[in-house]
Amino acid sequence: MTSQVDQSEAVDGPDGEGPAASARSGPGRPAKPIRRLDRVIIRFAGDSGDGMQLTGDRFTSETAAFGNDLSTLPNFPAEIRAPAGTLPGVSSFQLHFADHDILTPGDAPDVLVAMNPAALKANLPDLPAGAEIIVNTDEFTKRALAKVGYAASPLEDGSLEAFRLHPVPLTALTLEALKDSGLARKDAERAKNMFALGLLSWMYHRPTHGTELFLRQKFAKKPQIAEANVTAFRAGWNFGETTEDFAVSYEVPPAKLAPGTYRNISGNLALSYGLVAAGERSGLPVFLGSYPITPASDILHELSRHKNFGVRTFQAEDEIAGIGAALGAAFGGALGVTTTSGPGVALKSETIGLAVSLELPLVIVDIQRGGPSTGLPTKTEQADLLQAMFGRNGEAPVPIVAPATPAECFTAALDAARIALTYRTPVFLLSDGYLANGSEPWKLPEVDELPDLRVEFATEPNGPDGAFRPYQRDPHTLARPWAVPGTPGLEHRIGGIEKQDGTGNISYDPANHDFMVRTRQAKVDNIVVPDVEVDDPSGEARVLVLGWGSTYGPITAAVRRVRADGGRVAQAHLRHLNPFPANLGAVLERYEKVIVPEMNLGQLALLLRAEYLVDAQSYNQVRGLPFKAAQLADVLHAALGSLDAEETR
Amino acid sequence: MTDFPALRLVPKADGPQSAKDFKTDQEVRWCPGCGDYAILAAVQSFMPELGIRRENTVFVSGIGCSSRFPYYMNTYGMHSIHGRAPAIATGLAASRPDLSVWVVTGDGDALSIGGNHLIHALRRNVNLKILLFNNRIYGLTKGQYSPTSEVGKITKSTPMGSLDAPFNPLSLALGAEATFVARTIDSDRQHLQSVLRAAARHEGTALVEIYQNCNIFNDGAFEILKEPGTRDEALIRLEHGQPVLVGADRHVVRGADGELRIAPRSEGTAIVHDAHAAGPSTAFALTRLADADTLHHTPIGVLRDVDRPVYDALMAEQLTRAEQQQGRGDLAALLAGSSTWTVDA
Repeated sequence: MTSQVDQSEAVDGPDGEGPAASARSGPGRPAKPIRRLDRVIIRFAGDSGDGMQLTGDRFTSETAAFGNDLSTLPNFPAEIRAPAGTLPGVSSFQLHFADHDILTPGDAPDVLVAMNPAALKANLPDLPAGAEIIVNTDEFTKRALAKVGYAASPLEDGSLEAFRLHPVPLTALTLEALKDSGLARKDAERAKNMFALGLLSWMYHRPTHGTELFLRQKFAKKPQIAEANVTAFRAGWNFGETTEDFAVSYEVPPAKLAPGTYRNISGNLALSYGLVAAGERSGLPVFLGSYPITPASDILHELSRHKNFGVRTFQAEDEIAGIGAALGAAFGGALGVTTTSGPGVALKSETIGLAVSLELPLVIVDIQRGGPSTGLPTKTEQADLLQAMFGRNGEAPVPIVAPATPAECFTAALDAARIALTYRTPVFLLSDGYLANGSEPWKLPEVDELPDLRVEFATEPNGPDGAFRPYQRDPHTLARPWAVPGTPGLEHRIGGIEKQDGTGNISYDPANHDFMVRTRQAKVDNIVVPDVEVDDPSGEARVLVLGWGSTYGPITAAVRRVRADGGRVAQAHLRHLNPFPANLGAVLERYEKVIVPEMNLGQLALLLRAEYLVDAQSYNQVRGLPFKAAQLADVLHAALGSLDAEETR
Repeated sequence: MTDFPALRLVPKADGPQSAKDFKTDQEVRWCPGCGDYAILAAVQSFMPELGIRRENTVFVSGIGCSSRFPYYMNTYGMHSIHGRAPAIATGLAASRPDLSVWVVTGDGDALSIGGNHLIHALRRNVNLKILLFNNRIYGLTKGQYSPTSEVGKITKSTPMGSLDAPFNPLSLALGAEATFVARTIDSDRQHLQSVLRAAARHEGTALVEIYQNCNIFNDGAFEILKEPGTRDEALIRLEHGQPVLVGADRHVVRGADGELRIAPRSEGTAIVHDAHAAGPSTAFALTRLADADTLHHTPIGVLRDVDRPVYDALMAEQLTRAEQQQGRGDLAALLAGSSTWTVDA
């Protein structure tokens, strides 16, 4: 059972009647049949100026409020306003929602909403036969068609026969609905995305109260625009209910999730909250030094809104200053954080090395995007693993934490802070563009049960004759004392030059350097991370699929498919890439074949081969998009098949 | 005793301190005869005057000969990486208003690899005191020309003479919206300490350029400003509220075109130095009087010292205001947001 705490008990449609009620038995209106589905994949696509991301976000919020499980995939160009009506300018938002636990935004859309010919053309190859297509016919002008290379309108030449096409004059209908709004045509036209949202909301029985509330808040200073959007939204809903073209509506019942209170959350928001929570649980002020970069800027924006948690955000002059300021704050006893993407990490490398040498806590968040160089700023990739692992001069080990899902970004941030504070080390948190912008339901944690991250600053001299030795380590963690300025008697100087063990004084002694290099490595190697869990229900699998980061969703979905077909495959997913879990070597040894799917050219596989001398098989894709479950299922089937073939030979 | 408004939030020392309190047990390893020794001794004997707790003082440096400085100061200190000290110190000062934070840097560190951080620290007006040791040469890498070397400088990397025009660090600082700009010389302890005193009093970023002799790779670079026979004519000693005089019989006047120039005392009226002038143009014009090659007519003293809101204070004020307006953050409420749903058991 679900209920909306922010909404009235009844799930009201725009006309004040519950959609379920009106559709099932609504008096005075002919009831349309309702078809029950267990899951649906919808893709909204349009020009980058058409508001598709907002439309998708709203549909997602309605769906979360309804209690479905969900997963989203926003996909947009790097240009803020790409040329209108062109293929590169298409922006889309895909949403998968279900009455059961799902893991990915879905391989192929069941429904495509195409706001113009470019959106249709760009997305058509992804559609399976039988999919529904809702197009805005008003945009299918000769000129717009020609712009994307359509000689004839695909709406009329029979090329879409394999699909269920719904031609809807969305622009005209929106303008008609808003003819009394007093808005100029251009402004009124912009509400067509809300008309489309209203129509889809009717089709899938989404609660609408939240969207109306959202629109009124968003345009609080422009009430005329707010009302126009609400009117267009309601008009879209009513259009679905009255027009004969839409004969059926669909119901996807709420998912049976574990008991608890849920919200929908994106990866970057979860990560931001994780950092705020780390500040609260450690009792340290958070200091974020950052420079804007896609797709990490949202974290800077979000944290800058939480000054009442004592969070300081510093938009620096460059990436280097961002991490420099964070490290300076860490020296002063703050929880220092810097957020960036791959190109920013490259610039921060020297300071990360300094943090390794100073042995101060620092969280480095890398929201990976397509590389190298500027690469694909708005697309996802996981090709920074080796940069995080090795991208510094000298032996400069840095622990690496990687969340597997958007909601997991919250716990990953807390975990990265835990390691940084406990071991006095910089820590990499590797998220990616897919996790950052994707969203899913998140069961709210009990705040009191979050990890206790409190630290003890050094307060007393620890050496002979009342001296303070800044590099005298804790025998268990090998962490050095954190003595912050303002503490009497512990004045000390640290720097990037090699230090004498214990005293921290400059030392060029060969044996000391060898010892310090090995000790810094040992400190990271000995970090306590949980064992990797293996999911192998049959207990007889001979193939292990091992992933890390955002590939968790598609890998898990693929594993389910293979098992549904009777295949035996074991699955494990790494949340810690440095150090690896202590049981990883033993796990790898148990399987005849180890498949490692990655959105890079085999970076984890390289590490596994080097560390464990295991013949890990890479499966790679660097298309700026997440894997599809079907694609990975094929890979696993093939791996199982090749084992069988070897036996029969 | 001097009042230091910029140190208002820094805890006071329990009792009087001496220069000895600020010395560490580390052997000083600059070349014998280096100008850095004089600066170190001047700073160590000046610090007690601040009357603040030693443990609330931090020296942050970058890379270069000058950047070894923190190792010899018995305070908290960080010897960081090339050019980044202003950025690191900004994070420290912005999060710890109870500290007195000093940056020690050189002409290569501050003006070449770290130029970006220097100008942004100046425009932000973070509560930092930046001591820029300018020896017009790269010392630690053994003698290449620096961004303050004169054009045509013959060095290991420029056997036929350097091609690039130098920075005038004070012109640069004024252009970067600096609120405090001063210059002094390593060998003149009394003047050096008077400038440090003014810098310590200033609220916000203070840039103090210290002409420092590198006796190994650029010996005598500032000799004209030090030699009893030449210094009186070469130096322009600036004192707030005093006429700007040059040597025994000349002074600085404003010409009909508005430009500053040096004229015989018999011609015109000397301008009166106003370090607190709202606009930076006269200060800038003063920095341009010096000959870039010979340093003839070099102004020393406090060129500019004006009030502007301080970055760290503004940042702290925003945090206070956020808490007043929204209340202290409630983590559970933040996590829940405005739209949740409940799944019953």
